[in-house]
Amino acid sequence: MRIPTRMGDGSLVRMTRAEIAAEVAAGVEAGVKRAKVAPLGDDAVAHLVDVFASTARFSAVDIGDEVVLSSDGVGSQDVGSRVNDLQTFEQTVCTDTVELYHHDYSFKAIKPVLPFEQATMRRAQLLLTVPVQYGAMPDLGRYTVPDGPVPNWSQLLPLGRIDEARAAQEEAVEQAVDDIVSVAEGMYEAGADGINLDTAGAAGDADFLAALRAIERIRSRHPVWGIQIGMASEFVLGMHGELEYEGVRLAGLWPAGQMRLAAMAGASVFGPAVNVNTGKSVAWNVARTCTIVKPCTDAASLPIHLNGGMGVGGVPMHALPPVDAVSRASRACVDVLRLDGL
Amino acid sequence: MGGLRTAGDLVARMQMTRRMRLPEAKAYVAERLGVTPADLSDPVAMAEVRRARGLGTLPTEDTATVDDALAIEAKLNIARVLDVPVRSVERLRALGRG
Repeated sequence: MRIPTRMGDGSLVRMTRAEIAAEVAAGVEAGVKRAKVAPLGDDAVAHLVDVFASTARFSAVDIGDEVVLSSDGVGSQDVGSRVNDLQTFEQTVCTDTVELYHHDYSFKAIKPVLPFEQATMRRAQLLLTVPVQYGAMPDLGRYTVPDGPVPNWSQLLPLGRIDEARAAQEEAVEQAVDDIVSVAEGMYEAGADGINLDTAGAAGDADFLAALRAIERIRSRHPVWGIQIGMASEFVLGMHGELEYEGVRLAGLWPAGQMRLAAMAGASVFGPAVNVNTGKSVAWNVARTCTIVKPCTDAASLPIHLNGGMGVGGVPMHALPPVDAVSRASRACVDVLRLDGL
Repeated sequence: MGGLRTAGDLVARMQMTRRMRLPEAKAYVAERLGVTPADLSDPVAMAEVRRARGLGTLPTEDTATVDDALAIEAKLNIARVLDVPVRSVERLRALGRG
């Protein structure tokens, strides 16, 4: 029997149960080799094979094992108002939290329009019951010329001007931290339930450092406010290479190491991200994701919401990801990793 | 978990404010509401609990009457029942001067 399943680009393929088992085994092996972590146990591997060998249209966790859903912005912003988007997700989609966001999902871009964002948050807080957080990206690249004031390290590095590239990143960190904290303070004053620093580390280790330092400052002022951080990818790129937080070198950190620093900085929720290989099956990608993230969830001292969306967490890299693949990836990761949320 | 249909928003609040992992957050909310953790994701069980305690529900004519707390009204009750800070409630109290 050939079972319908998906590739990482979302395309439908058919495999036998033995072929799916081989994909899962290869995904685990790839995760072990890449992140230098322990393989999944036999029970977890068998469960993944069962999940992906099913022909059901939809897959789900057992009743009672449901997890919290957070997000990086809700709504298309194409119908009605942004508050309407939040209401739709609260009352029709019935998500556990919602997130207000600006089209330009960057703290630097939001700072000049913060009063307008505060007014929208205030209206949302009067109309919604579920937690409404505000989200954006640290987006360190925005601080470089020609969009920003800092020399562009992507131009300097190929020229071998390493010291200048590093100094530029360090300068950008300071400016990004100020912008993130400024927006977070504004949202706290407007009544937001929390702030989400999404896609942290997208520009490398300096980007991640900016997020950690901002979280530290926000937490010092608001001990019981929601602070979520979601990562950009599975591995912190060493664009700078020498940056540290609390004595830990940031370049090369995998999810478990990222989580420890996020917790130390004061985050409430940590979202690891593992990238999808579009040329491999979803079963392969989910097995690899679980293998890489397992040390993170096993050691976590704060809630872990795995990034499960287009191109991360085993979900196919497609704008319209098939629900059979999304549900299998979500269910498998919750079951194997004992996630606190997605 | 189902958000307003169940108790997903309440469990989420414990994760966001108290950094509770899922089992702890579910146990805390269940204890405060006098239900089991399994009840928290059951929309039938939670509909009555939410209505009785004024914790908010879907604001439609099929699910809420004019006597049911909704939105900011419900959040006043959520903050009290869960003993958790809700920033918009703090603002309402500060600005309302009531």
